[in-house]
Amino acid sequence: MTDSSKPDTGIGHDKFTSQRLRRRHRAERRFRLYGVMAVALSLCCLTALFSSVFSKAYTIFGQTEIALDIQFDQAVIDPSGKRQRKALIGADYGALIKAGLGASFPQVSGRRDKRALRQLVSSGAVYELQELVLQDPNLVDRHKRVWLAAADDVDMYRKGLIAGGAQGNGRISAKQAAWLDDLARRGQLERHFNWRFFTSGDSREPEQAGILGAAVGSLLTLLICLALAFPLGVMSAVYLEEFAPRNRWTDLIEVNINNLAAVPSIVFGLLGLSVLLGTLALPRSAPLVGGIVLALMTLPTVIIAARAALQAVPPSIREAALGVGASTQQVVWHHVLPLAMPGILTGTIIGMARALGETAPLLMIGMVAFIVDIPTGPTDPATVLPVQIFLWADAPERAFAERAAAAIIVLLAFLITMNLGAVLLRRRFEQRW
Amino acid sequence: MSLNALNMRTDTDPMATANIAAKIRAVGVDVHYHDKQALFQVDLTIPANTVTALIGPSGCGKSTFLRCLNRMNDIIDGCRISGALTLDGRDLYAPDIDVVALRARVGMVFQKPNPFPKSIYENVAFGPHIHGLADDRAALDHIVETSLRRAGLFDEVSDRLHDTATSLSGGQQQRLCIARAIAVEPEVILMDEPCSALDPIATAKVEELIDELRQRYTIVIVTHSMQQAARVSQRTAFFHLGEVVEDGETAQIFTDPRDERTQAYITGRIG
Repeated sequence: MTDSSKPDTGIGHDKFTSQRLRRRHRAERRFRLYGVMAVALSLCCLTALFSSVFSKAYTIFGQTEIALDIQFDQAVIDPSGKRQRKALIGADYGALIKAGLGASFPQVSGRRDKRALRQLVSSGAVYELQELVLQDPNLVDRHKRVWLAAADDVDMYRKGLIAGGAQGNGRISAKQAAWLDDLARRGQLERHFNWRFFTSGDSREPEQAGILGAAVGSLLTLLICLALAFPLGVMSAVYLEEFAPRNRWTDLIEVNINNLAAVPSIVFGLLGLSVLLGTLALPRSAPLVGGIVLALMTLPTVIIAARAALQAVPPSIREAALGVGASTQQVVWHHVLPLAMPGILTGTIIGMARALGETAPLLMIGMVAFIVDIPTGPTDPATVLPVQIFLWADAPERAFAERAAAAIIVLLAFLITMNLGAVLLRRRFEQRW
Repeated sequence: MSLNALNMRTDTDPMATANIAAKIRAVGVDVHYHDKQALFQVDLTIPANTVTALIGPSGCGKSTFLRCLNRMNDIIDGCRISGALTLDGRDLYAPDIDVVALRARVGMVFQKPNPFPKSIYENVAFGPHIHGLADDRAALDHIVETSLRRAGLFDEVSDRLHDTATSLSGGQQQRLCIARAIAVEPEVILMDEPCSALDPIATAKVEELIDELRQRYTIVIVTHSMQQAARVSQRTAFFHLGEVVEDGETAQIFTDPRDERTQAYITGRIG
């Protein structure tokens, strides 16, 4: 920065010079202003994006729950009384919920009204009761007040995101609205922290759907992608930069690597479909296949970044090491690679971030399937965060829009964690020369 | 080929080549970078335990010649070398020569101080470590200390051996590079303008050091400073346009040059 704030220092001794000097300072101020404007504009866009996502997503942290006094009736759950796991799993918990609702609203009669009443509680609530009983079989034949997830329409209605009663579009009838008010008055309707969203896999019922399955799928896929792309990419770059002769073959390889970096990602998906699933018969929808496909896609990025980082290592360091009789491998291993590591890591993280957000190639290999279970290994069927966002954004229920927005935040959190890790690693490796 | 070359080239100083025990001998060396020829039929004999200065104007090929002596030119694309270069009578470019072992015998100090961005200790220890010169930590400590002492740096850095080397001053860095070179016990040390990036005080220290190192090592130094060549060297070779114009005793070159181009250069008329 020049001392633009100071007046003419007297070095320019005639008026032409001082005029030129003023013009130069003006130009410089203008130039700086453009820079500030560019930064401000991009910050505005970013703020708009984030505030839009966050304003849609923050309601996810609360989930409306309904407290019911459940009589864990032995006759319903386990008539034989042997507490066999199979019997406990297969029991009709829906009947318990109906009984609980009936106890809270004894005045409701009639098939249609009873059905409307039943619709207030999530249809997935039976699994919550099942889970309770499986964890503690002693509950059978006892009485307990249990908080169960409300149906997604109830949740949306209580959060004010959809209208109910007379003004509504029929998703919450006037009767249901009155029952809900009644429950709220009696302290049987509260909003609690939405642990379901962070601990479960996907579901047809929005209130039961969670992000964990997709997050674990993304994590497994990325780990496989990293484990393949990083060593392959770095070794290729080291060979091309430090060992390979410069000739037509290496030129050809270089051009092809650059081309590969620009290939649309869906092409890699097709490759995975035909070769990995078709020829090699690897499991469909598996993070293993997803990771391999994304590694192929990320590899050129890693190679290009690693080569640039290797080139940036000053030749004097190489000469110094060669000069004391180090072999090329020792030069690379002891000196060049550690110095290039920050740059390589930056490139790898950029590649991984792109892989994390990638949807198209994964659609091709079946990771778009509706998968409820949380994957436990790289060959289990799984989906990933961006695909999950795509699926939820496509779903008709209003509650899924909230979940899609929340999933975007989880994806961003994933990304920020990765970048933070990269910054920390980079700081460890960084050295001055 | 070398025999023929020896017979043909009788115009260079016959005294010099006849009387001295040669450590390095170059006969008819040509160097090409792609199509451009950088050295033309260079004949030069470098005796053991002396300081030989290579002087000449920029681009005359003295650095190129220096880098032939430990085959640092190998890493430059399109560099071709022909002619005979021997170290203790062994052809440096013979196919069975191991470049790594050669560079351990012929160390090098570069124009710009280029310490590794690691600690002072690691800088000196790297060479002995990769060549397996030290069996244990104590032996390595010993090598590091003696090398730093010989480079006249130990007293200045003994309390911060594990600080990063880039925090040293330019002159200290250059002496560290010399310590790094002598840590692998080479026989020859090549110095490519080692003082061009240093201030006069640091230069004086390095020159003093070079004079001491002569007892144990053969030193070849490229320099742009004729005063430096006169101060530190016993023999001088004058390069001009890729040829060795004249070589001989330093005193003779500077007081009684035989070639008028040498005369012109040392009096500052060409260069």
